Amino acid sequence: MYEDPSAIALHLTVNGEARDLRAAPWVTLLDLLRETLKLTGSKKGCDHGQCGACTVMIDGRRVNSCLVLAVTRDGAEVVTIEGLAEGGTLHPLQQAFIDHDALQCGYCTPGQICSAVGLLAEGNAHCRDDVRELMSGNLCRCGAYTHIVDAIEMVRLGAVEAAA
Amino acid sequence: MADGGMAIGKPISRIDGSKKVTGQALYAAEYDAPGLLHAAVVSSRIAKGKIIAIDAIEALALPGVIAVLTHENRPHVAAFRYAYKDTVGPPGGPFKPLHDGKIRFADQPVAVVIGENYEAARDGAALVRITYEEEAFETDLDVAKAEPFKPKLPRIGVKPAPKSRGDFDAAFAAAAIKISAAYETAAQHHNAMELFATTVVWEGEDKITVYDKTQGSQNVQLYLKQALGFKLKNVRVVNAFVGGAFGSGLRPAHSAFLATLAAKHLKRSVRLVLTRAQMFSITYRADTRQEIALACDADGRLLAVRHACVAATSKNEDQQETVVNWAGLAYACENVAFDYQLARVDTPTPGDMRAPGAAVGVHVLECAMDELAYAAGIDPLELRLRNWVEHDQNDNLPLTSKAQKACYAQAAQRFGWSERSFGPRTMRDGQDLIGWGMAGGVWDAFVAPVPTRARVTWRRDGRLEVAAAASDIGTGTYTILAQIAAEAFGVPVEQVEVWLGDSTLPFNPVEGGSWMAASTGAAVARACDKLKVALVKAARKQFKLRGRKGALSVSRDAVIGEALPSRAVSLNEIVTAAGQDITATGTTLPDLAGQRKHASYVHSAVFAEVRVDEDLGVIRVKRIVSAIAAGRILNPKTAGSQIIGGVVMGIGQALHEEAQTDHRFGKVMNHSFQDYHIPANADVGAIEVIFVQEHDPDVSPLGVKGVGEIGLVGVTAAIANAVFHATGKRIRSTPITIDKLISA
Repeated sequence: MYEDPSAIALHLTVNGEARDLRAAPWVTLLDLLRETLKLTGSKKGCDHGQCGACTVMIDGRRVNSCLVLAVTRDGAEVVTIEGLAEGGTLHPLQQAFIDHDALQCGYCTPGQICSAVGLLAEGNAHCRDDVRELMSGNLCRCGAYTHIVDAIEMVRLGAVEAAA
Repeated sequence: MADGGMAIGKPISRIDGSKKVTGQALYAAEYDAPGLLHAAVVSSRIAKGKIIAIDAIEALALPGVIAVLTHENRPHVAAFRYAYKDTVGPPGGPFKPLHDGKIRFADQPVAVVIGENYEAARDGAALVRITYEEEAFETDLDVAKAEPFKPKLPRIGVKPAPKSRGDFDAAFAAAAIKISAAYETAAQHHNAMELFATTVVWEGEDKITVYDKTQGSQNVQLYLKQALGFKLKNVRVVNAFVGGAFGSGLRPAHSAFLATLAAKHLKRSVRLVLTRAQMFSITYRADTRQEIALACDADGRLLAVRHACVAATSKNEDQQETVVNWAGLAYACENVAFDYQLARVDTPTPGDMRAPGAAVGVHVLECAMDELAYAAGIDPLELRLRNWVEHDQNDNLPLTSKAQKACYAQAAQRFGWSERSFGPRTMRDGQDLIGWGMAGGVWDAFVAPVPTRARVTWRRDGRLEVAAAASDIGTGTYTILAQIAAEAFGVPVEQVEVWLGDSTLPFNPVEGGSWMAASTGAAVARACDKLKVALVKAARKQFKLRGRKGALSVSRDAVIGEALPSRAVSLNEIVTAAGQDITATGTTLPDLAGQRKHASYVHSAVFAEVRVDEDLGVIRVKRIVSAIAAGRILNPKTAGSQIIGGVVMGIGQALHEEAQTDHRFGKVMNHSFQDYHIPANADVGAIEVIFVQEHDPDVSPLGVKGVGEIGLVGVTAAIANAVFHATGKRIRSTPITIDKLISA
């Protein structure tokens, strides 16, 4: 396989697995995931950080992976849509997205779900309008927004209930 | 739904959902191949002219760059325009990528850079130096519309403007209550989330598998065969998952051609992904300039209707849509005049985008009805009811069904329309002016115009398999076809496996016009009927019942009958004994005789509440209620999502979306998600969808009308009418942006 002469070494933990990698300094994390690691669940919709389809978790925070040069995150822990389910059990958000039909074509869906994982971890959403605002970095051209909010609210309120 | 069964009509979650939420669903750019190369497109800097010189030296010197293909060094391709025709394009000569050095529109592809990896191809594309000789061009419809023309050839499958009827001029002149207005609608871009992408896998000498973002695998197969000189059997096109398309994938995109050209040149596998910006040069919803005039008597009965449109098209093709016809069939009127013309601009050919024609034509009609309601002093909903018609006056045909009154009634009740005050600027909440507006919607209920096929197989592993070269572009096709097969056999949906999006599967037209559920669905139902016959035949053979008495039939997963040893034999046993899977193919034909006897449409009623900040002019859509009469609803969950999606796109068309072309450069300047705003989550308030009961056995074999377009139709008008109700300002130009509202 062709290796760019400018490639340098980096180490990432991706979905719990340690990976020793090489990438040219201008390779984005998104392209590294999709083209090198064949983790194509993270999507490219604009390559400019404007659509959110590429959202992944880096060290526990949601990030547009198309805006991250991979070599700048040497040592980071990355979780993608492929890493959310545990064994055969879907992450509660993944299940909620299916149950509420919070997807149509499915292309923005991995980014929506990863973004929702980050949103819930941040703890800043306390009502539907908060969710709408804080999920507005993830575009969905099929227009599944109301169902996306339904799905996230179900998981959020379930978690609030569990904590009470 | 009352006419639902065990599986049909149930709100089943989409069966491809788990693949999509786990990242396992593969889209066009996500298939791998040994030694896969990457390609990037170089786009023209100018809008019109010709290429004088191409300097690829710097690009070729970049590590990892393998080749630069241009019109000067490309391999041989078809020369004649007919080779570039596809099954759904309009009359004219299609654009031929890398054909010659002529530039016909801004951002036209002029070179393809192929590299060992994505970055090399992308960076190489930035290093190709091209010298142009510019020519004068025109991209401004407001200039081009001075020379409108009626298309010489009609577009197949699109109704031309009807013949005018009665005497509009006399009736309009004599009427006491009338309105006449000019409207404009902006060019829009589909902007599906998935980038246009093609992965061509070189399978050996002149044999390719092409993973492509398209709404029709067999349409692309035929196009690549003709344009690039492959044998049809050596081209397999796969579009198992499509990341949205909304019409942009109806015709083969130049990305598919260019990726295949590169693969053919290098005899290697190649992936080509367009940038978001480059997707603005594939196709677009044509901008229009429209005139409408309505007159009514004191009771609100329409006396005269005139609807005229000039729509943009390219210099090489005559894109045509059904824009003005709706004014002649939505309401009863004897004196109706139509005019539909085109004007040429130097852009790519406009194309169909969700509810093509109706999205802009019904918008204007429904805004004009609101204007007339205020001129007559009649409630806008009441005005529509007073002009009720159950007959297609354009074609003088009865309708198979029209449950739109139920749409009006149920949506109005749910919305609380009776609480509305008639006058503009009469409802407010603090700083916000509140507006309530409504509109009706209408769209064709199509069965595909060509035979549509599906294959159903009872497999030896006990699975019921459905296969068709149909596409699921997010519409839920996988799910509804599984439901239809499950219903036919009385087995759980989980037992059904559906294969779509592959040109090797039974023939299907492109997914468009909301015809897939009705057409492919009926083909599946027929295939199931034939499969039952085949299974009974196999049972007869197995138990040597030939000639013996005793009827056999299929009940759930068994053949039953008195003549059988234990009165029932499972289908699994039959296929095991047969030593092979048992299969049958069903076909849906367009009902040409029926189409001469009656007409079919899908209808809606849309009610919208907007809040307008009085000082800032910021418009927010607080809530929308949409009631739909679309015959039998196969799956209210996925169908509901289709309607919601249409409503959201309608919010974009009404308030946000507009291709902004700098006519000095002939180029769309806002070619990104940052500058071309599509609705985001915070833009979308509450949306409620109601499917009203509509029984229509004549529209299609399953009584299905299709729901892909109707969700959008009427939404923009309901919002625009709500803005008028809130502010007293009639904005006759979409999108209704703050600047237009403030300066009105």
